[in-house]
Amino acid sequence: MPLLELRDIHKTYYLGGETIRALDGVTLDIDSGEFISIIGPSGSGKSTLMHIIGCLDSPTSGTINLDGVMIHNASARQLASIRNKKIGFVFQFFNLLPKLTVRQNVELPMIYSGFSSKERRERAMNALESVNMEDRSKHRPSQLSGGQQQRTAIARALVNNPKIIFADEPTGNLDSNTGERILQMFDKLHTEGKTVMLVTHDPEIAAVTPRRIEIRDGKIANEIDPKLSGQTPRFNIGTKN
Amino acid sequence: MNLLTIILSGFREIKAHWFRSALTMFGVICGVASLVTMAAFVKGKENLLRESLAQSGGLERITIESEDDLPDYQKHLEDEIRGITLKDVYALKNNAPLVYNVTPIIQKRSFRSDLRVTRKEKSTRFTLLQGTWPESLDIMDHEIEHGRMFSEIEDHLAKNVCVIGTEVRNSLFGEYDENGETIVPIDETIFINYKPFKIVGMLKEYMTEADRKKKEEAKKNKGATQRGFDWRSMRYKDSNSRRSMIVYSSKNSTILIPLNTLVSKLDSSFESGSKMDRSLSELTMKIFDVSLLEKSLQQVRNVLLRTHNGLEDFEFETQESFADDITQAIYNERTSGMFIAGICLLVGGIGIINIMLSSISERVREIGIRKSIGATNLDMFSQILTESVVLAVSGGIIGLIASPFLIDALASYAPDTTPPIMTVESMFIGFSFSAITGSLAGLIPAIKAAKLDPIEALRYD
Repeated sequence: MPLLELRDIHKTYYLGGETIRALDGVTLDIDSGEFISIIGPSGSGKSTLMHIIGCLDSPTSGTINLDGVMIHNASARQLASIRNKKIGFVFQFFNLLPKLTVRQNVELPMIYSGFSSKERRERAMNALESVNMEDRSKHRPSQLSGGQQQRTAIARALVNNPKIIFADEPTGNLDSNTGERILQMFDKLHTEGKTVMLVTHDPEIAAVTPRRIEIRDGKIANEIDPKLSGQTPRFNIGTKN
Repeated sequence: MNLLTIILSGFREIKAHWFRSALTMFGVICGVASLVTMAAFVKGKENLLRESLAQSGGLERITIESEDDLPDYQKHLEDEIRGITLKDVYALKNNAPLVYNVTPIIQKRSFRSDLRVTRKEKSTRFTLLQGTWPESLDIMDHEIEHGRMFSEIEDHLAKNVCVIGTEVRNSLFGEYDENGETIVPIDETIFINYKPFKIVGMLKEYMTEADRKKKEEAKKNKGATQRGFDWRSMRYKDSNSRRSMIVYSSKNSTILIPLNTLVSKLDSSFESGSKMDRSLSELTMKIFDVSLLEKSLQQVRNVLLRTHNGLEDFEFETQESFADDITQAIYNERTSGMFIAGICLLVGGIGIINIMLSSISERVREIGIRKSIGATNLDMFSQILTESVVLAVSGGIIGLIASPFLIDALASYAPDTTPPIMTVESMFIGFSFSAITGSLAGLIPAIKAAKLDPIEALRYD
């Protein structure tokens, strides 16, 4: 059984009497341990898709089964709990809280899942170690470089040991070298067995993942899946041309 | 998310914007401090008024005075008015079981110039001479500190003896001798309307508890030569306090002499006839049970109507009106005090709402982040509400700490007022009000934070 099962997802907005079909019948399965990218130009509906899978938004119609939970009709409280325990987010603008230290930022998800402060500290330090940020734990986000901030954000996404990690344009705000290192980090997470989903508009970045799904006008326009076609993924980070 | 973590994060918010928080808290600090201060001043005044009510004999004491103005249907009988006499006293003693200690009083006041109290070249001002029976000690709530009260025999024999208040002593002898000892002029002679009287007793000095403390302190600090208090200087400006100060000062300026002595030796207006017919200034008595006030008054009235042949040439004066005045005055002051403090707290609360709302629009992104990593709407609601309560309660605590200083400052700036008394209740009320203000003020911002859509919030710059 797949980790994530989307069946005929529709999302419709009404803006000033005009109907906007952000998602128009998306059906998709994602297995545990996959490394996927969702690619599409802005306005294609890829962000809406990520928000819906990420439990930040609900579909207008269709069903979603995430790890055995039907999230399309879950309550706000259940969704918050799923976001907390099963999902890790990494954002383009890092989205760290500027008033907290690096460690406190990483501890934040655990505050909402009720760990003791000792346990929080331990797990936060472990997560920071896995992204090589343990020596910066007392710094504030403003004292860090963009790459360091993004690594902190990754540590925060990992700390509750989620089923799936969403990265929304994770390199969009970084220079290309740093961006590559962040992408390598996601690749490493994938080889360690994590399920990672990249959302990007950039085919270069999407190229690092074996499976690529292209969204256009709210529909899956194209899909490259090594399982289906036997294609070998083009995995050549750093050889842009 | 547990409460301690939320509270700590509330303090972190306050610290992060300490200046803004201080300004916000200032409103609550003012509100709580003014509430506690106001309550302290009202309590001080209340205590003064209640003490003075007790000093003037309490609610049990009723007084009957002559009334020259008859009711309309008796106008034609004005010639028959004889006033209150000793006959009434005996009639009440025998026929009115609901009252006791019926005591006749004839008063002379020095400022009416038919009384002059002298010793050598010194004389008194504003002295109240009362010719009465020994029972008056109890009924006027007097206490003898030195010597004794004159006896019934001395009254019967019309002896020239007197008991004086401390203010009379102060005028004629001075309060302290050269060694700083209090002067006790027992067995000395003073002249009342040029007739010699022997002092057999002196009353204690009557003053409010607060003034007694002050006087003791002044005595310790400045030595005994310092004259502690001048009652005539009228330290209190409003009418109720002044009225209660008059209770103290007139008790201190009293000279008590036997009724018979006054009638037979000092009374030029009394010409002939039986002593029983001498009209009295007033007649005072106590009732056994305050709850039976109406019945007791009716009984006294019935007896007096009989001795006065049905003429209503007397009127009652009870302490009830004084007590009512006190209650009313306290109520007024409390209400206005609460009103002012309430406005302060309201302004403080609005300040908190304002700051919390603006801090939420500043923190839209933070709220979005927190929600995306698993904070529920309730988590956000309680976080913002707790921040607001922490802000208000910190202000409340600072206000409580500040209020004793504020009270001291006000009391020393305006010594005319009654000494304030800070009460635990008012502190408790002030504190709870700050907490309530905080939670009410936090409600709207907290709801706003809870309702925020995380996607919108994350997109927000």
